[in-house]
Amino acid sequence: MPSKEEIRHFIAKRVAKEFQDGDIVTLGIGLPTLVADYLPPEKHVTLQSENGVLGVGKTPAPEACDEQITNAGGKLISLIEGGCYFDSFSSFNMIRGGHINATVLGALQVDEKGNLANWVVPGKLVPGMGGAMDLVVGAQKVIVAMEHTNNGQPKILKKCTLPLTAAHEVDMIITEKGVFRLNANGLTLIEISPLSSLEDIRSTTEADFKVNLKNQ
Amino acid sequence: MIGGFLKCGSPTSVISYLLKNKTNHLTLIANDTSFADSDKGRLIAAGLIDKAVVTHIGMNPETGKQMHAGTLKVELVPQGTLAERIRAGGAGLGGILTPTGLGTVVEKGKEKINVDGKTYLLEKALKADVALIYASKADKYGNLSYKGTTRNFNTVMATAAACVIVEVDELSETPLPPNEIIVPGLFVHYLVLKKDPQNAE
Repeated sequence: MPSKEEIRHFIAKRVAKEFQDGDIVTLGIGLPTLVADYLPPEKHVTLQSENGVLGVGKTPAPEACDEQITNAGGKLISLIEGGCYFDSFSSFNMIRGGHINATVLGALQVDEKGNLANWVVPGKLVPGMGGAMDLVVGAQKVIVAMEHTNNGQPKILKKCTLPLTAAHEVDMIITEKGVFRLNANGLTLIEISPLSSLEDIRSTTEADFKVNLKNQ
Repeated sequence: MIGGFLKCGSPTSVISYLLKNKTNHLTLIANDTSFADSDKGRLIAAGLIDKAVVTHIGMNPETGKQMHAGTLKVELVPQGTLAERIRAGGAGLGGILTPTGLGTVVEKGKEKINVDGKTYLLEKALKADVALIYASKADKYGNLSYKGTTRNFNTVMATAAACVIVEVDELSETPLPPNEIIVPGLFVHYLVLKKDPQNAE
């Protein structure tokens, strides 16, 4: 059994394969941040961060760190060649205006109608939505990257029970068990990971889904 | 209004002054409530804020604690919506129409408007009595320039308050080069030099 950390990296690695050459991508906080480590070198993918950076580079060496250059998580970053800084409303012009090709976000729950819940557990955890609601509405492609279950409980549901981040906006779900596509036809399993099987996915997924494993 | 994204680009010396003076019963409009021991987060921890209009409170346990105790009112706003509401306030607009928040609790109590077959939420403009913002450099004309990711909400807040107080790392003796000016001086009322950029808290 791979460790939790290995599973998170496994998911991040699979997410990175979704990007096309030239894509502008905004990564959410948490697991999605790991995707930056697996960007395909043969493709030019540019990372945007909603606090006001286009062209987020690798974590700089301690001596090169500048506390006035951060990502949305407050981590010190570097800028790639051709990168730039801007203010919050320019950042959300990019995000809400449809100029971001893909966003990757974590989820507490996601359902077969493409609804996403990832910003609040009433009475328990109230971090706030930050930029997530705008990202999910505005990005051309919304990829949910998450562990398939939470303490054994399914997270891919028939209907989200937590307050939504956005309705009908999720295009793809990638977990350690497989890859699902979401569109007007509902939820379709398109890939089963080597860590899982169809029976395993059926028993850990509450939502109804079709199976269409074209590429396997 | 207080600029800054977490600590980055925050007017930390002015915040320290509010703490020292115990200026209270404030409404905070900001991106976040930061950490309990950092920048604007300290105002929450000190109990000086009655209401916070912010996008994220997850890093500051004090915010959640006071919210659940009922001593702090929190209005959570999507980040892009907050930026546009402030922009509208500064631009003389009544509000903006956005698809963000449709189908979520954010739409509660708000008017929905259909434009050419698409539904939007009406989000009203935001203005403040005072904006406390940051800039890397200013000249004596109030023109501001920024380094790195410090712009965030500072530039838009500069336009949307009756009184705009800017904390700067450096006050330039000579006018800033016109091509480097990010915020024109007409928005700025007061300049304050950051006490010690390395140890500003």
